[in-house]
Amino acid sequence: MKGMDFLPFWLTLKLAFWTTLILLIIGIPIGYYLAYTKYKINLLFEAMVNLPLVIPPTVLGFYLLLILNPKGIIGSLWHKLFGKSLVFHFEGIVVASVIYCFPVMINPLVSGFRSVPKNLIEVSLTLGKSKLETLIRVILPNMKFSVLTGIVLTFAHTLGEFGIVLMIGGNIEGETKVVSIAIYDAVEKLDYSTAHIYSAILLVLSLLTILSVYILNRRLSSDQA
Amino acid sequence: MIRLNLRKKLRGARGDFDLKVSLEIEKGEFLVIFGPSGSGKTTLLRILAGLETPDEGYLEIEGKVWIDTNRKINLPPQKREIGFVFQDYALFPNMTVFENIAYGMKKKDSKKIRELLRIAGLEKLSETKPATLSGGQKQRVALLRALAREPRLLLLDEPFSALDPQTAAPLREEVKKLQKQEGITTIMVSHHEEDVLKLADRIVHLNEGKVLFQGKPEEIFYMKRTQSPVKSSLHGLLLKKNFNHDYYEITLALKTEILTLKINQPLGEKLKVGDKLYLCIKDFEILEKNES
Repeated sequence: MKGMDFLPFWLTLKLAFWTTLILLIIGIPIGYYLAYTKYKINLLFEAMVNLPLVIPPTVLGFYLLLILNPKGIIGSLWHKLFGKSLVFHFEGIVVASVIYCFPVMINPLVSGFRSVPKNLIEVSLTLGKSKLETLIRVILPNMKFSVLTGIVLTFAHTLGEFGIVLMIGGNIEGETKVVSIAIYDAVEKLDYSTAHIYSAILLVLSLLTILSVYILNRRLSSDQA
Repeated sequence: MIRLNLRKKLRGARGDFDLKVSLEIEKGEFLVIFGPSGSGKTTLLRILAGLETPDEGYLEIEGKVWIDTNRKINLPPQKREIGFVFQDYALFPNMTVFENIAYGMKKKDSKKIRELLRIAGLEKLSETKPATLSGGQKQRVALLRALAREPRLLLLDEPFSALDPQTAAPLREEVKKLQKQEGITTIMVSHHEEDVLKLADRIVHLNEGKVLFQGKPEEIFYMKRTQSPVKSSLHGLLLKKNFNHDYYEITLALKTEILTLKINQPLGEKLKVGDKLYLCIKDFEILEKNES
């Protein structure tokens, strides 16, 4: 194990952390909107949210490259603001990963919002509380499991991200070379021992993450009873 | 004093109908809105709470306007200072009994909460989560939560319908006692006669969105004060008399048939098995006209 480079793991965890945090922050208002409003246009929004589940990461990656590159709409704005490119940088793969993981976070949140009994929300309003306070003190605590599922699944999903990271970030040491890409790289170079170690660690890490959903699920459901 | 005049189009099982109600309610009054399911009573209550919007109308309480569709006023529920008790209690499962009651208070007052819990006999359950409470206990907590915030108007939506009669009877008395003590104007929706007899100062009988009758509760059930001439009469022998919490159920033998009736407590006390009774029906209401 001497001389083993753990930088890809650090990068993967950092990517998963930021992706999950950003998605949680934007996912709650989006999920709230989709769950509690009944406009016809919402069908289109929900379909768009779920698009990353069905299109290949290369297709999504290709379109993202078009808008994130320094001449693209978002890429040029970013360049003006921060003086560097999104493409082939860590920030770029965070953006790509957020978009790619959208359904993984939004779907559990939407079903969580819908599972909270309507009269709990109504009674909170009649008790003089604003919609924001109702969200924080009544709705979110009563959909804890959905929030945790969203967080853990997004985290786990990002750990294994490959295609979209490769399209947007390439394979840059210390910047965009996450574990999945490092494994691909190692295999290409016929460095099977590195590939073995990386793969085994990623496998265990992912299994532990998913396992935590089930453990939390059991603990939360016995809490409520 | 509450004054309201509201209209809203509703979808019924037998087509659309208009909920059209105009009422004045005295401060401190206990009003029961009575009627079959689908008559618009819950919708009326939800409009008063701000949980639903009327098509047009006006609602004013103690000089404050809550709804005026002409001036595009419709206060949201959180601004109305009401207490609303749902049929299925709607207690927050993530909070203890104490926290549930504290939630709606304008200023958290632990002493007052403990006092309320003591009156309701719930002080030992203060730190319990609602999931482990019985139906009657849940209903008490829901009621305390609504009362703790000292609302201008207490709205009760079929609060006893999910409880068995043994639990509901003492709870009704507690509600009436608390309501009178605090002098809170209360509007309750119900289709139970017991609720009407035991609780109402006045009753509004709603059917298909229209007020069929309003007045004292005994008027609607016993038609004591109707001025109409006798329409039909029967002679009968009292066979059986059962007391059922707050009314008597009597069984009469008529010429060829047996008839079971509910009567109020004072009248029931006067009767003895074996008495010969003379019954008259003074008035009828046509609920549904045979159009053919």
